[in-house]
Amino acid sequence: MHAESEIRDPLILGSKNYRQITDDIIAPIEGKAAKGWYVLLTICALTFLWGIGCLAYTIGVGIGAWGSNNAADWAWDITNFVWWIGIGHAGTLISAVLLLFRQKWRMAINRSAEAMTIFAVLCAAIFVTLHTGRPWLDYMLFPLPNQFGSLWPNFNSPLLWDVFAVSTYATVSIVFWYIGLIPDFAMIRDRVIKPWQKKFYGLLSFGWGGSARHWSRFEEVSLVLAGLSTPLVFSVHSIVSFDFATSVVPGWHTTIFPPYFVSGAVFSGFAMVLTLMLVVRKIYKLEAYLTIKHIEYMNIVIIVTGSIVGVAYLTELFIAWYSGVEWEQYAFLNRATGPLAWSYWAMMTCNVISPQLFWFKKIRTSIVATFLLSIVVNIGMWFERFVIIVPTLLRTFLPSTWNTYTPSFIDIGIFIGTIGMFGTFFLLFSRYFPVIAQAELKTILKQSGEAQKKESANHSHAHSHAH
Amino acid sequence: MNTDKLQFTVPPKAKMASFILMAIGLISIIAMFMMDTNEDPEYNHNRAWSNIFSSAFFFMGISLAAAFFLGLQYAAEAGWATTIKRVMEAVTMYLPWGLSFLMLFFIVSQLHLNHFYVWMDPTVAEHDPIVASKMGYFGAFWWIRTVLYMIAWIWFTFKLRKNSIDADKLDIDVNNSYHWKNVKLGAWFMVVFGVTSSTSAWDWLLSIDIHWFSTLYGWYAFSGMWISAMVTITMLIVWLKKLGYLDFVTESTVHDMGKWMFAISFLWTYLYFSQFMLIWYSDIPEEVIYFQTRWESYKALMWTVLFVNFAFPMVMLMSRDSKRNFFFLIFVGTIILVGHFLDVIMMVMPGTVGHHWTGLSWMEFGTFFFFLGLFIYVVLNALTKAPLRVKNHPYINESLHHSI
Repeated sequence: MHAESEIRDPLILGSKNYRQITDDIIAPIEGKAAKGWYVLLTICALTFLWGIGCLAYTIGVGIGAWGSNNAADWAWDITNFVWWIGIGHAGTLISAVLLLFRQKWRMAINRSAEAMTIFAVLCAAIFVTLHTGRPWLDYMLFPLPNQFGSLWPNFNSPLLWDVFAVSTYATVSIVFWYIGLIPDFAMIRDRVIKPWQKKFYGLLSFGWGGSARHWSRFEEVSLVLAGLSTPLVFSVHSIVSFDFATSVVPGWHTTIFPPYFVSGAVFSGFAMVLTLMLVVRKIYKLEAYLTIKHIEYMNIVIIVTGSIVGVAYLTELFIAWYSGVEWEQYAFLNRATGPLAWSYWAMMTCNVISPQLFWFKKIRTSIVATFLLSIVVNIGMWFERFVIIVPTLLRTFLPSTWNTYTPSFIDIGIFIGTIGMFGTFFLLFSRYFPVIAQAELKTILKQSGEAQKKESANHSHAHSHAH
Repeated sequence: MNTDKLQFTVPPKAKMASFILMAIGLISIIAMFMMDTNEDPEYNHNRAWSNIFSSAFFFMGISLAAAFFLGLQYAAEAGWATTIKRVMEAVTMYLPWGLSFLMLFFIVSQLHLNHFYVWMDPTVAEHDPIVASKMGYFGAFWWIRTVLYMIAWIWFTFKLRKNSIDADKLDIDVNNSYHWKNVKLGAWFMVVFGVTSSTSAWDWLLSIDIHWFSTLYGWYAFSGMWISAMVTITMLIVWLKKLGYLDFVTESTVHDMGKWMFAISFLWTYLYFSQFMLIWYSDIPEEVIYFQTRWESYKALMWTVLFVNFAFPMVMLMSRDSKRNFFFLIFVGTIILVGHFLDVIMMVMPGTVGHHWTGLSWMEFGTFFFFLGLFIYVVLNALTKAPLRVKNHPYINESLHHSI
């Protein structure tokens, strides 16, 4: 039996019992959706449609419709790709790494974070398929037999490693998410009344019976998947960073990129989890399960990863000077003082300075401040990728090739569209799937429930007085 | 519970062993300085000095990373390792010794008794424009930083230890006041260490290869220290348990330490590989020179380091049983520890001894033994200074009942 220290804050507030947890978490699925949900869904779906329009236009006329040019041949496409992939990282970190670290607070957020991961990877996939210019030939990215065409993919290229890394990541994330959902689907199956609903959730739950043997297998599979996903947390964004760092482009080729990208990804991912969870918490009234302590923990992860990113920025700057390599020095001078300097300073402010506000307990336990700062971090991390890609490419070795860059409204449209798509999927998910892993949450009720904690504290005090 | 086993006394055999190691080491060091000569007049016992630095740095790194891990436990509200806190604290108590040896080494270098840091020689900058461009960062500024790191690290380490011991003196610490003090201290130490671990690695290690640069270097150097510290702490726990101490440390806690050994081995490999692969792939002359020297004159050692520090722990520590088997942990731990010592040798020697390298010899291990003996002596002595189990700690119950 695990012991839990009295000084740990409860993770489930009030005096909940198992039945109440079920009721609270199934409420959005059984009940009618709130008006706010419909409003948000309409906005998201319309944005999504607008994105589809821009996407169709791009496929029709080619990527000349974008603002990209001969110097900035990567621009919003890869910025958005890296941004979305990065956002996905928090899901894997929460489900895999925090599971290995036995962090009980992850249970309030892992389900939604995992869903977020999958939707974010889908958004990223749009950009990476589209940026090749002729997406109908994208199957050439996979290693196909030579009879199929005359070209093998270049196995030396990190762009190809990316194909493997991202597809493995997407697969494992979906499996992980789904395995966790099985006992919850079974719970819904046992509760719903309409026959089609019973059938639907029955199918989804794979005949889960809740026996000790099922649970034992469930836990074993979770641990194995966590073990598999932990390297993936590192590999995916490391390989994304290789896309830049294996080059000889000043500002791109730097060895700190892999761990710094991973840290940045977790940073932006947690910010997105916070943005979404604060909304979910409000709409579905989950205050008892997503407590201020949860928000505080997430904010601490943001300070830590944000500071790691900050140290990496400063390391890059320092080593650029220290190396004595003029090209390297110019690349950073150009970022900080060149024509797009505003984007560099936006990145610095949003990513390095603003998270430091969370050192104040008042700020990191304030819901409004957290919500605002989480959006600031998301903006900052978008600018980070933009700063790495665009200003660097606009001014490379040959000044005669220097150029300027402005995005087209199609660029903006597709980006906004993916946000709409992400929102649409997340809203649908939150309506039909349990947003909190209730089966897992119940396992910590006895140790971390507020009433249960109080009771055991009283018990142990009475015990010690008797001596 | 057997209360007399809470007070550690150094077994005479262990004390003897530490003295023998120091004696062997001292003789080796003297012999090394007499024998490490070269026809090159600039050579100036380079290998001997590099050995002194490598061993001094390696053991300092162990206690520094142990302090980092201890601070991390507080900052992260971790409860599982409360029963082994005293062991970690004892390892951190070598820090002033380790830093003193480094300080002595730096003073000797500044007096130009060796050619360890080429930038310490003012004539070098006169005809080397790259060195000249960096001189603003070295010289007096370098010394100020070095002194500041040492003061800051020792201050945090001693303060963490003092609070921990002071808490023991109270009958009951009602508000866990000492614990909360250490939580705050631990968090601040993370901030200070997060910056200084990188900058000190640039100052003390990266500057050996004065022309070369790599942004990842600081984190890579830190990961090597961290894994060495985890291995040292684990081996110490296992040894104490064999002697009959620490019966309150559950097998699960040892298992978790085994997991850390496994995990940080991967972290080190990840950082080593990232740095190597990106430099190899881009093949930019200014950068690739670093690995070229290693590839040409240190090939066997380079492969050994990678094998011993990556493949070996991966295979040996994969299974659950191996992480709970005391013999296995000691066996694997010893080999990894040597592997990471060799990694430090690989960070230092190619930049100082360069192509004069003739392969590993008694010189490396002799010097290593001196510092090992001293490290064992200091750490075991520190273990006797406080009960092996912390008394007033809010997480002690979690740790006593830790079971996975």
